[in-house]
Amino acid sequence: MSLKTAQVPWNKEVALERIRGCLDRDGPLLPILHALQEEFGYIDEAAEPLIAEALNITRAEVHGVVTFYHDFRHAPAGRHVLKLCRAEACQAAGGDPLAARAEARLGVQMGTTAPDGSVTLEPVYCLGLCAVAPSAMLDGRVVGRLDQERLDALLTEAQR
Amino acid sequence: MTLLITIPLDAAALAVGSDDVAAAFKAAAGRRKVTLDVIRTGSRGLYWLEPLVEVETPAGRVAYGPVTPADAEDLLTALLADGAHTLRLGPTEEIPWLKRQTRLTFARCGIVDPRSLEDYRAHGGGKGLEKALSLGPDAIVEEVAQSGLRGRGGAGFPTGIKWRTVAQTQSEQKYIVCNADEGDSGTFADRMIMEGDPFVLIEGMAIAGIATAATKGYVYIRSEYPHAVAAMEAAIVAARRGGLLGERVGGSSFAFDLEVRVGAGAYVCGEETSLLDSLEGKRGQVRAKPPLPAHKGLFGRPTVINNVLSFASVPIILDKGAAFYRDFGMGRSRGTMPIQLAGNIKHGGLFETAFGITLGELVDDIGGGTRTGRPVRAVQVGGPLGAYFPRALFDTPFDYEAFTARDGLIGHGGIVVFDDTVDMAKQARFAMEFCAIESCGKCTPCRVGSTRGMEVIDHIVRNENRAANIELLEDLCHTLKFGSLCALGGFTPYPVMSALTYFPEDFGAPSRLQAAE
Repeated sequence: MSLKTAQVPWNKEVALERIRGCLDRDGPLLPILHALQEEFGYIDEAAEPLIAEALNITRAEVHGVVTFYHDFRHAPAGRHVLKLCRAEACQAAGGDPLAARAEARLGVQMGTTAPDGSVTLEPVYCLGLCAVAPSAMLDGRVVGRLDQERLDALLTEAQR
Repeated sequence: MTLLITIPLDAAALAVGSDDVAAAFKAAAGRRKVTLDVIRTGSRGLYWLEPLVEVETPAGRVAYGPVTPADAEDLLTALLADGAHTLRLGPTEEIPWLKRQTRLTFARCGIVDPRSLEDYRAHGGGKGLEKALSLGPDAIVEEVAQSGLRGRGGAGFPTGIKWRTVAQTQSEQKYIVCNADEGDSGTFADRMIMEGDPFVLIEGMAIAGIATAATKGYVYIRSEYPHAVAAMEAAIVAARRGGLLGERVGGSSFAFDLEVRVGAGAYVCGEETSLLDSLEGKRGQVRAKPPLPAHKGLFGRPTVINNVLSFASVPIILDKGAAFYRDFGMGRSRGTMPIQLAGNIKHGGLFETAFGITLGELVDDIGGGTRTGRPVRAVQVGGPLGAYFPRALFDTPFDYEAFTARDGLIGHGGIVVFDDTVDMAKQARFAMEFCAIESCGKCTPCRVGSTRGMEVIDHIVRNENRAANIELLEDLCHTLKFGSLCALGGFTPYPVMSALTYFPEDFGAPSRLQAAE
């Protein structure tokens, strides 16, 4: 959910600090995972036992939650994250060929990161911008009324 | 002279450049040494006109749109003179698309500064809470029940009955949970309220707390809505400072506080029991009912869980009375529904109106048909789990029961329009694919049936064992519909079967294949 793009490398002490920062909340696991992803850009496997111990639950339970939600990454993302809405309203407004164009121009499949680490292309199922479809989100910035020209500008920006 | 203009900071307005327009106006005013106040509001919901700029005049606000940054200089000149400009739309309230609406839930959205509790109060906000405090818990529940308000998330369960059940269940701790996991494609009304009039949601939830003796509330917002998250968090801080939340809500002896929680990209968490599990820090898996959340909800405590629009409708119901609200609508669908027009549509946006308007009026008359100018072939009503309706069903009135009678649903009120280039077999397959991607995995029909459904549709389209595979798909849909734990598996058959029923020619029907040869 974070709009932050520059993340720090995995660091156990920082992770523990972020975990402890959420412990006063009821049902703190999702806030913890969001905090870690905001910090590092993904959930490092090494975080799972730390969380399990802090919450007094099993590591399997933590892993189950991390893997359940689409948002939580298991590896760092690219320098930019481009999310293209692939849901019905954007399909109706011409989103399919735009998605194909993005994959072709970036040379990546939906849901993967470019080999040079520039950009992660992700599908998203609705940004709630359905009346200005097709829509996208680049590093937290929303863009609507996408057409080839607007998409190409986004792709160029994402490849930087 | 100070010029006061409003420019939305609603996410969909931002997505088409409203920030750049605001910056261009400020720069233009700076160059000319004009004192310009730019108020950032929510959106009026006339999205084809965004970025919509309004200027305050003695006769009310006058609208201009869609405005680009390049228009700012020119438009500023016009505003300083007589206001005439090619983008001038006239007094905002007189724009026919807006004038035709009955805005009860959205009365303030697009008008007020969502960051200002003072502005909220200046536009009638807070009166529902005042009335609620004078009535007391039992009478609040009675008023909500009498209004006929039904859950706006999609299920349409009577809100008053839910509240009464929680009020009558004894517990030391009860919760109010707002389902702001608006995942249905084609819907954005919750987002608009949170970004454009967040205090109305806070007020509605506080009233629910008073009615049921719940002291803590959560707003569970999807992570795809970062702007709504920020707006709600800011509004909660302002509401605490202004006495709308806290130890003494509205100066009373009732305590109520709120916390925002952010989802993590799971569509199924829009289902209320998965949402509760997610809030508790678990995988967002569906719970079997009973027990109902009203008896054993969040952390096993009695919990009111309602959609954003349900809570946001409560303040006006309390303020104006149950009868005022109930007098709008038809049959058992009372009040107004914020309908969202989306997809390939000329005039897309938020259209709040009394139940009873027909689908055809909404799509053709209000929506103006497709943006591509091609004929409307199908509309999907109610999100990814809603049926695809052909033009032949455009006489269906917007009403819970009328849609159910035609094997459809109004859901959260989203209408996605498709033109004649749509491939309905592809849409049917997507419905199964989406169900497979988003299934929580708890029940077999949904977890396995969705993947099998994709395969069977592929066979049909390739014309393999056509009759047998159609029968198999029907049988599979029957199993999903009646064997799934929640609406994800249970309703996926609606888009699939409606596509197959009304658009069989897209599923490689022999006549079409032969014609192509």
